[in-house]
Amino acid sequence: MAEAEAVVKLLGAWLSPYCYRVIWALKLKAIPYEYIEEDLSAKSPLLLQSNPVHKKVPVLIHDGKPISESTVILRYIEEIWPHNPSLPTDPYDKAVALFWIKFADDKSPSISKLYRSDGEEQQQAAKECSEMLEAMEEQGLIEGKKFFGGDEINMVDIAFCSVAHWLGVIEEFAGLKILEPHRFPKLSSWIQNFKSVPVIKENLPHRDKMIALLKRRREVLLASKSN
Amino acid sequence: MAAVKLLGAWVSPYNCRVICALKLKGIAYEYMEEDLLNKSPLLLQYNPVHKKIPVLVHGGRSICESAVILRYIDETWPENPLLPADPYERAVALFWIKFADDTTFPIAMMYLITGEEQKKAAKECSEMLETIEEHGLVEGKKFFGGDEINMVDIAFCSVAHWLGVIEEVTGLKAFEPHKFPKLNSWILNFKSVPVIKESLPDIETMLAFFKGRREMVLASKSS
Repeated sequence: MAEAEAVVKLLGAWLSPYCYRVIWALKLKAIPYEYIEEDLSAKSPLLLQSNPVHKKVPVLIHDGKPISESTVILRYIEEIWPHNPSLPTDPYDKAVALFWIKFADDKSPSISKLYRSDGEEQQQAAKECSEMLEAMEEQGLIEGKKFFGGDEINMVDIAFCSVAHWLGVIEEFAGLKILEPHRFPKLSSWIQNFKSVPVIKENLPHRDKMIALLKRRREVLLASKSN
Repeated sequence: MAAVKLLGAWVSPYNCRVICALKLKGIAYEYMEEDLLNKSPLLLQYNPVHKKIPVLVHGGRSICESAVILRYIDETWPENPLLPADPYERAVALFWIKFADDTTFPIAMMYLITGEEQKKAAKECSEMLETIEEHGLVEGKKFFGGDEINMVDIAFCSVAHWLGVIEEVTGLKAFEPHKFPKLNSWILNFKSVPVIKESLPDIETMLAFFKGRREMVLASKSS
């Protein structure tokens, strides 16, 4: 008997924090899905057809219809499967959450710039990264609240995935220290709390594998810059 | 209903987005023009993270980021909805609003910068327009929202109105009507909607403003 075609598919790439946002959202709501790993150096026809504008992962395909951009996907998942809500219902609280999700989207690229650049460019990226962390520490996180979502994680916590996991690995790889616990006590607690949540803990890319790939990527990038 | 205030700057397309939404829904509000070179304590208090306009203040609480403000307005005053009801179509609309957010910046860049950098910004702008033409606009549909404008149309107000002004001030050409026929129709349709016509800043005032700014940029570069 033929297997039923998966109703939910996720096109992703194992190193991408944006893909993990979607994986966590699906797992937190216990939504079964088929995961398809994309080779970003040889993108599949399915990816190119599903996301013709950006040709990027993640792409969620639900009943054959593609949705692109991780934060748009998160909100779509939230609407179709409203159990275990990951956004506040009050319009004002929701607006505050969406503000921080946009902030995470706009500022997270400074983290990947840390391994993609050197010299002055890297210093600039470190400065932008530090400013992002300061804003989170001073304005985003509230003393005594375990997560952005309160006692449980919500979409804002998920949106800050890069800060929670990718930053630490990239800092180690690049020999930088931006997120110093004494400067960012609330943020440091938040990271520990976030990574202790079972769904998160069980679904994080492995540090050694990440460092090996970052090293290769950096070599290629810096070589192409000097040509 | 609690009082609504908008802290804005007349020359900003992000500010215009919010004005369009408020007017489309017939929401009464108090407008406060900010001097961006001398920001008020109120602005700094209401948007401590970015210190930018627009900021909507409703019942004493502030909402920042124009795309977030638009959603808040749509939820709080649900009559004349600005987003599709179907979740999939809504996701498509949100995709294009994010696209507008992420790609509008090159338009502002074009007057601030010169030389090679400006050519690069013009090229990116042109690519952005091509994408909208090929993937965003549907033949026969008057607006992104169908027969009526919606949040996506509003989000692209800088393409509809600011781009032409910036092109005239800098002399560079990214938008050509024959290259972008759907976009060209959309711009004409969008700017004919009465509420939009009322909300867009006056072209002559904009030209004077941007010409002045452009002169300052060129003068500082030649010093």
